[in-house]
Amino acid sequence: MCTYQTVKVELDGAAKGANGWFTLTDGAVYVDHPYHACHEHTVNIDFTNPGDGPSARVAVELTEESALALVEAIRQALAAAPPGLASASGRRAGAA
Amino acid sequence: MSDAIWAGTVAVTGHGDAELEAYLARPLGDAPRGGVVVIHHMPGYDPGTKEFVRTFAAHGYAAIAPNLYSREGAGVSPDDQAAAARAKGGVPDEQLVGDVAGAAAHLSSLDHANGRIGVIGHCSGGRQAFLAACELDIDAAVDCYGAFVVKDPPEEYPTMAGSIVAKAPNLSCPLLGLFGEEDRFPAPDEVAELDAELTRLGKEHEFHTYPEAGHAFFAVERPAFRPAAAKDGWEKIFAFYGRHLNA
Repeated sequence: MCTYQTVKVELDGAAKGANGWFTLTDGAVYVDHPYHACHEHTVNIDFTNPGDGPSARVAVELTEESALALVEAIRQALAAAPPGLASASGRRAGAA
Repeated sequence: MSDAIWAGTVAVTGHGDAELEAYLARPLGDAPRGGVVVIHHMPGYDPGTKEFVRTFAAHGYAAIAPNLYSREGAGVSPDDQAAAARAKGGVPDEQLVGDVAGAAAHLSSLDHANGRIGVIGHCSGGRQAFLAACELDIDAAVDCYGAFVVKDPPEEYPTMAGSIVAKAPNLSCPLLGLFGEEDRFPAPDEVAELDAELTRLGKEHEFHTYPEAGHAFFAVERPAFRPAAAKDGWEKIFAFYGRHLNA
């Protein structure tokens, strides 16, 4: 099935694509047919910068289990670091 | 009879006079032939779609698949184009109709065209094949497991693809529908509803639902591929086009 569903998110960071590093501005997450992965449906994540054109894109196609494991890994990594360390607004006031 | 074909990229004029990339395949012989517009699925203008196009040419038709995501930029890989188009909400129905019309006009302009045009689409393209057949003067349409023809998508699906069954009275040609019994979009009840509506309207149609097949059973490079259903489906397609596209 084509779900047509797309969850969009604003992103601040960088990604390395086919043409090297670029600044990230947007992300999209959707559960649908993959382009490359050998599964019928996958969780597809696009890291993009539409301002740099459609080729400014890093694409990931994950199984549901992998996607959830990735979410958990991100949460664990953030929990293990001082709060605010990777925040766009810099370290939280009072942090060493 | 010669089985030689030509295949390659051409330019066609789509909706709003946009120049679209398109993949054309046609026999090299000089026998009169019908044309087939192949509507690619949501993942885009991919190798599987081009293989469908060549298959029609190998069976004597001129076939063309317009890249519906051409507007995302020339020289951009098809998967990146698909992602960019998706992020913008997909292809509007009006644009799709214009692009199919442009592709059909290109086929009609070719030498040895017999003036008959078929459309076929898979997945989202199945819905779009039905749409094109309601909006354009087509001679035969094939809908392979297109969802959201009768039913609207669930509310949490932010998509432009909504029910188009209200257009069914304008269906311009016979419709062949090929579906998988295990598919959820479209599920068998949606297929049955479309079947009943076309019967009520007196529209010529032929539906087949294959057991032990789900969505995308024609896609040889995907786990959903079901050889028995695909083999029989291709036979149904060529028999159908043989009846309606050969002048």
